[in-house]
Amino acid sequence: MVAAATPAAASRIKRPDVASQWQLMWWRFRRHHMAILGVTVLAAFALAALLAEFLAPYAPAKRNPRYLSGPPMVVHVVDQAGGLAAPHVHARSSRRDPVTLRQIPVVDETRPWTLRLFVRGDPYRFWGLVEADLHLFGVENGFVHLFGTDHLGRDLFTRCMYATRISLSVAVVGVLVSFVLGAVIGGIAGYFGGAIDMFVMRLIEFIRSVPTLPLWLSLTAALPRDWTSLQIYIAVTVILGLLGWTHLARTVRSKLLALREEDFVVAARLAGCTDTRLIGRHLLPAFLSYLIVDLTISFPEILLAETALSFLGLGLREPVESWGVLLYAAQNIRSIAHMPWLLIPGLFVIVAALAFNFVGDGMRDAADPYAR
Amino acid sequence: MIRVLAQRLLYMGLTLWLVSVVAFVVIQLPPGDYAETYLTEKQQSGAQVTREELENMRRLLGIDRPWHQQYLTWFTGIVTRGDFGYSFEWRRPVTEVIAERLPLTLLLAFATLVFMYAVSLPIGIYSAVRQYSVADHAFSLLGYIGLATPNFLLALVFMYIGQQWFGQSVGGLFSPHLAEAPWSWEKLVDLCAHLWIPIVVLGTAGTANLIRSMRALLLDELGKMYVTAARAAGLSPLRLLLKYPVRMAINPIVATLGWRLTFVISGAPIIGVVMALPDTGPLFLHALLNQDMQLAGAMVFIYCALTILGTFVSDLLLVLVDPRIKMS
Repeated sequence: MVAAATPAAASRIKRPDVASQWQLMWWRFRRHHMAILGVTVLAAFALAALLAEFLAPYAPAKRNPRYLSGPPMVVHVVDQAGGLAAPHVHARSSRRDPVTLRQIPVVDETRPWTLRLFVRGDPYRFWGLVEADLHLFGVENGFVHLFGTDHLGRDLFTRCMYATRISLSVAVVGVLVSFVLGAVIGGIAGYFGGAIDMFVMRLIEFIRSVPTLPLWLSLTAALPRDWTSLQIYIAVTVILGLLGWTHLARTVRSKLLALREEDFVVAARLAGCTDTRLIGRHLLPAFLSYLIVDLTISFPEILLAETALSFLGLGLREPVESWGVLLYAAQNIRSIAHMPWLLIPGLFVIVAALAFNFVGDGMRDAADPYAR
Repeated sequence: MIRVLAQRLLYMGLTLWLVSVVAFVVIQLPPGDYAETYLTEKQQSGAQVTREELENMRRLLGIDRPWHQQYLTWFTGIVTRGDFGYSFEWRRPVTEVIAERLPLTLLLAFATLVFMYAVSLPIGIYSAVRQYSVADHAFSLLGYIGLATPNFLLALVFMYIGQQWFGQSVGGLFSPHLAEAPWSWEKLVDLCAHLWIPIVVLGTAGTANLIRSMRALLLDELGKMYVTAARAAGLSPLRLLLKYPVRMAINPIVATLGWRLTFVISGAPIIGVVMALPDTGPLFLHALLNQDMQLAGAMVFIYCALTILGTFVSDLLLVLVDPRIKMS
């Protein structure tokens, strides 16, 4: 704890002999550049999820009848004359196709719609609590749709922001559910051993040998049709968590089995520790890092599962919006051919899953700082 | 060997029975029964249904009895007659409906497995031998992206590219003009031209996974003393590589064949839906959306049974690859 007294010196001089276990892990984790990148990306996603109402220029259900099925609008910083200008988008007007009567957006390059920061727009309740109408950016005399709009004229960028909140929250809650299940069940198996262990291991083997997606699908399909979207949201999250705990339970069990024979555990038991205290105070801290690694790795799995379910129309549904729900609109080739920007939410999914994988890799390397 | 086989067979039988319970639970899950669905359907079209009619229907279908009796009838039906019940949506026996479409699912799953192993083993070996080379990094990056991309998204992108740049419809199994034609050489070629896309889409994540494990396992083996010893003894590099470390590293890969199959089967329905393949995927989804649970339950049972069979086969393969197992 000498290092803690002079933080400036501590950052320069690494003292592995006096550093705590977590400090050693952090040092090793920091060396993994992709993991650091992953953490940054995830932080950005978390920020988007937290501030969705503020970051989005519109309300998620707001329709823009003047820009139906409109392609993404590009932000320009160079004006007509070739000089530098404030960030703007080109103005749009629309005309009707004389044959199909479809609205066709027309780009007017001579008229810029300048982007402004902190504009007042659609009112919202921030996290359902505080009433506000401030948005990070917007245009005053026109409209801006960075990711384009769907066939109802809803802003895709706005909906992506809101979907980030839902998708990440489903993943977090789902992982938490499977974490609790995995830790408890794996803990029981590893701690008591014998017949209980045998039974749990067979159960895990069984669950792992059945294809999960069809099971997930049939469980969510069985949810009553008259449930509200909030009830569905909770149920889907729990279902995802229910089937994802096996991996974690195995880790917990094998680590526990190994630790059970350690001297310090035997000593604690001889000193008269109760089972709960032994697990909570001595065993859990010893393999917490492995748990965190497994937790990170199971994030993308749950994220992708939720996306797949919602994409098929069996998971979450509107008005609850997740990345999968947004992708539901891109289900057939006709809509993709006309509106390829509907696939943008898919990019969010990929980037998030990649980031989680990178962070998981970095953590796995860092999890055992005393190795080597 | 016989004992191992018998043990595995017994275990497989037990799991299959467990799976049948799960499938039955799936059938029973949705609130209400078919009689109620029938009632609302009739009422919507303005027809009258009497209470007796409904009771008759319940008795005929056997859904008025307690669930364990229902399960017994259902289970014995499968075991003795291969009868999975009746699909109310199709108004035909479930077995008939599934039998039409199952071969394609099997073909797809098998071809995907072959594709996964054929692509990933050489790449994994190469990446391990040439660790940190440009190609190794490139494969790693591709692998990461392959793992993070939901395969239906990949299918959508493929379809978009096919539509935009090649003007070809990627969905389905045949080109429109050949769909109704009798089997011919041309049609077979057309089938192969369409089939490779779902195979690639379905196999990408698994391939990425396999490359990673093959690379890691082989790297572990390459550092061992016996490799150094064999190299010092003057064995040619390729012969050495294939005969010792690869042989050692491949055991866990073979052992997980069952899981890979689970993985493929798990992803197959969604690809079938997105790419409009006439396999069991759209059938399954449609059954779920319409709560045609006899059909859905049968599909769950079949999907699970397939993976269990796969696990059994991979266990047998492991005995062949690793002679040590026979001893214990």
